[in-house]
Amino acid sequence: MSTADPVKLKDLPKVAPFVLHPDDRAAIVHEKTLYDYPRAAVIEALKIVQARHGWVCDAAVTAIADVLGVTAADVDGVATFYNLIFRQPVGRHVIKICDSIGCFLTGYEALRAAFEKHLGIRYGGTTPDNRFTLLPVVCLGACDRGPVIMIDDDTHFNVGPDGIVALLERYA
Amino acid sequence: MATIHVDGKEYEVDGSDNLLHACLSLGLNIPYFCWHPALGSVGACRQCAVKQFKDADDTRGRLVMSCLTSATTGTYISITDPEAVAFRASVDEFLMANHPHDCPVCEEGGHCHLQDMTVMTGHSLRRYHFTKRTHLNQDLGPFINHEMNRCIACYRCDRFYREYAGGTDFGVFGAHDNVYFGRPTPGTLENEFSGNLTEVCPTGVFTDKTHSERYVRKWDMQYAPSVCMHCSLGCNVSPGERYGEIRRIENRYNGTINHYFLCDRGRFGYGYTNRKDRPRVAFIAQDGKLAQASTEDARARLGGLLRGAKHVVGIGSPRASLESNFALRELVGAENFFDGHSDAEHVLVAQAIAILRDGPVASTTLKALESGDAALVLGEDVMQTAPRAALSLRQAARGLGQKLLAQQKLQHWQAGALENLAQDHYNPIFVTATHATRLDPIATETCRAAVEDQARLGLAVAHFIDPAAPAVAGLDAATEARAQRIAECLLAAERPLVVSGTGAGSAEILQAAANVAWALHARGKTVGFFLAFPEANSFGLGLMDARPLGEALDALANGAAEVAIVVENDLFRRAPTARVEAALDKARLVVVDHQDTPTTRHAEVLLPAATVFEGDGTVVNNEGRAQRYFQVFDTAYYHPDIATTESWRWLRRLLSDVRGDGHDASTFDEVSSACAAVLPQFTAITKAAPQAKFRILGLKAARTPHRYSGRTAMRANLSVHEPRASQDADSPLAFSMEGFNGTGTDNTPADQRPGALVSYAWAPGWNSPQAWNKFQDEVGGHLRGGDPGVHLFTANTQASTTYFTHIPAAFVVDNTTPRVVALPQIFGSELLSSRAEPVASRITEAYVAMNGTLAATLSLAEHDSVAVTIAGSVLSLPVRISDALPDGIIGVPDGAPGIPRIATGAQATLKVGAAA
Ligand code: SF4
Ligand code: SF4
Ligand code: FES
Ligand code: FES
Repeated sequence: MSTADPVKLKDLPKVAPFVLHPDDRAAIVHEKTLYDYPRAAVIEALKIVQARHGWVCDAAVTAIADVLGVTAADVDGVATFYNLIFRQPVGRHVIKICDSIGCFLTGYEALRAAFEKHLGIRYGGTTPDNRFTLLPVVCLGACDRGPVIMIDDDTHFNVGPDGIVALLERYA
Repeated sequence: MATIHVDGKEYEVDGSDNLLHACLSLGLNIPYFCWHPALGSVGACRQCAVKQFKDADDTRGRLVMSCLTSATTGTYISITDPEAVAFRASVDEFLMANHPHDCPVCEEGGHCHLQDMTVMTGHSLRRYHFTKRTHLNQDLGPFINHEMNRCIACYRCDRFYREYAGGTDFGVFGAHDNVYFGRPTPGTLENEFSGNLTEVCPTGVFTDKTHSERYVRKWDMQYAPSVCMHCSLGCNVSPGERYGEIRRIENRYNGTINHYFLCDRGRFGYGYTNRKDRPRVAFIAQDGKLAQASTEDARARLGGLLRGAKHVVGIGSPRASLESNFALRELVGAENFFDGHSDAEHVLVAQAIAILRDGPVASTTLKALESGDAALVLGEDVMQTAPRAALSLRQAARGLGQKLLAQQKLQHWQAGALENLAQDHYNPIFVTATHATRLDPIATETCRAAVEDQARLGLAVAHFIDPAAPAVAGLDAATEARAQRIAECLLAAERPLVVSGTGAGSAEILQAAANVAWALHARGKTVGFFLAFPEANSFGLGLMDARPLGEALDALANGAAEVAIVVENDLFRRAPTARVEAALDKARLVVVDHQDTPTTRHAEVLLPAATVFEGDGTVVNNEGRAQRYFQVFDTAYYHPDIATTESWRWLRRLLSDVRGDGHDASTFDEVSSACAAVLPQFTAITKAAPQAKFRILGLKAARTPHRYSGRTAMRANLSVHEPRASQDADSPLAFSMEGFNGTGTDNTPADQRPGALVSYAWAPGWNSPQAWNKFQDEVGGHLRGGDPGVHLFTANTQASTTYFTHIPAAFVVDNTTPRVVALPQIFGSELLSSRAEPVASRITEAYVAMNGTLAATLSLAEHDSVAVTIAGSVLSLPVRISDALPDGIIGVPDGAPGIPRIATGAQATLKVGAAA
């Protein structure tokens, strides 16, 4: 492909058309009142949308921009800057494996290999049943209890390759 | 002033500058990427590192970013320190790590700042041999290519596009080594100044798409100092030519006008000159059709026609040079010379000139607009009629950030701090118009009203400022209060601006603007007064005091005159079709033009005129500044059968044929000097640029770079014998790389290149537009050889302030026959640029805009089709609802396909019939 070709996005999974939930709209409008400049509320707005939908689609970017009165470029600039704002669909549960230096010393590599083998996906991937997405994450501040991972909002310490099957069973 | 020490030498510099700016101004080279003279410093690239020492005895020193360090007295730095040199080379190597090795196929190559800096830093061997990060590119519309892999993440594009130019459809996405500069989704870049990205970006990410089609390297093009013909501001441009075609337009620095930036109409509107359907030889009508003819036959025919005619009228043009209009005036006689504006514009132009020339406040310059700290924009939609002025006004608005910086004791170049402090706060700008304008987003207040009501507001503002100015009776309380707010705000400013123009089609608006400017002046304010004119040379033509066009049309229609010579004008744009046809049906018509227009089709004889790129001329911009444009290339060199030449030269030939004096080889200087001698208002034009005999160190100035290649072969299709290069008797420029090509130095007048003779930006080691640094007295200042152009008159400060006293009656809303206003369009309203393919593709479809109330009364919804009757013709147009339009007014886009040209501001009425 010539590098001058216009963008062709990979086929994304089919999702229902995005509608900004009235509660979310109200929450974003409220966030806007807390700051001098609406641009400052973008990050909170993105978190609000992601909390409900799991990720932030293009239509959500535009919707947030409209509610806040900022440009879509502003919203997407923030959304794409932060690696935990997802601009592509993710599974029902997101597994984040710490890949910083402390966990490297306590067994990160074997842990990652075990996750990849068990789930059959690599970083950035989502299982076909849409249950798990696997991502790396920076130091979670618990280096003394590594390897550390997060699944959704739960932090798990001293996770060894052997424990992962049982652990994952807790996340339907 | 401050004294700094650079590599053991002492220099005097401006202490408020940063070290990079100061050193570049001294002529010293420090490589840089993210800093730009118009954008300030952010410290993003680390390329500008130098070694700074505590004092004269410190030998260790530390690396600092020169763009982020003040040039205060007692600063000791070294540019050549080995550690600094090595650091800079490593920065370049890091930046190049992800940069593709695609210079040979990159359209930036040969005028690339990244190439220049890579050579300057001495980085010549890339050790990184792993996979480079790659990006997908976006289709950004007809003007700009996107190749993101070449990005070095200097952030200049983002800072220019969003902060400087106010674009909203652009941003930076991603993080760390994966940042992306572009639109949120692919699509046309909407900002009117997007073309500047091609010069602001130091690499080949953003390049000129209109140039891609027939690409050629910078060093292989021929250039001349030229002037943009697409509005009245007269921005300076550097057109590049190859094989007889204009290939692209780049900015030509003029520190008083456009400095580093152009608008997209000016940059991408050149395609009209390359059109295949242009007349390039003479034509004579035969059996009702125009047939090609030799120049000799055409002249013979014309000589007979002119000698035999009892009464010949000449119709000039605001898009033709002073010389061409003057030569026509000489040929037909002053009493038979008619204005090429419409009659409405004739009145407006005369009014605007009288205000600037005879009033106590002359025009300010485009550059000076930027230092205003409050503005009233009265009735003129500058973004559409004089686009570059809207960019300057935005800088005036952003000037608030400078005040905030100063309060924090920060430097004016600290761009990051400026953005943080200023956020969405701007200096006050008040915008009045009949419709929504693109300045509205930064306006403190907008007023949408009919022109009379805008004029009444303006007059009331003037009265609040100076009670000696007439009061306006019968204003409602809200308008009174608004007028008072505006007046107080302008009075509180250090440098208030009053911006208006002929674009609203109302002499009353011009008078109101004058009253405001004069009132501020009377109150002791230094007011910046700026009026936009209809076209590139409207001011010049207006100064000729020609009679109104309508009189010529009448004389032709009633048989009082039998022959009309029309120069570079399409009369159907100037008067209603029926009236033009009535005149042309009777007349024997001679047309000199470079475009095929409805007028040329009525011609008995058509002579092919040169475009601005193919000839010499002088035009007068909206401030009354006469500027010379020079011929870029000689058409006949490539195509000996082409007969195009300047209109003034054709007219001089005809004059000599009529007189039979055999003197038909006039030079530019002859015609220009004759114009200056006959019409004293033009005395100064001969100083707009050096005359043909001028030499620098005994040389003419070169039109092509040293490396220009292929000249010996480019005519081989015609003959293998290479002719002598074209000779130029009209200017001190040579059609050649042989000639003076230097930048001049500070203190030696001998090698000083006048600013008006700089064809393109190049200096040894500096191939990109950043080379302008080498021509300036200080970086971002004025050209060392003088900013081009000369004012035809100076401020008439002795003039007493005699306010206009006519107070227009308030507009009466009548929704059954609403008034039609022509909505000016940056793409479409101006004839020549709208004949360039890329610009044509940006012209809006026809529509009729009205507010929701009117639409509701007519039971119309958005997109509904409605039959609109304007000046006798019925148009079926889709509805656009815009609540910015006041009651009783509907708008149609000027220049959109199918929309008749309504004399701007004409009070046409319309009937909205049943939906068609
Ligand atoms: S696209 Fe060009 S201007 Fe923008 S950051 Fe990249 S290199 Fe700099
Ligand atoms: S503002 Fe006017 S003169 Fe300047 S580039 Fe644009 S069209 Fe040309
Ligand atoms: S390195 Fe893994 S938690 Fe700190
Ligand atoms: S120019 Fe100084 S850091 Fe980029």
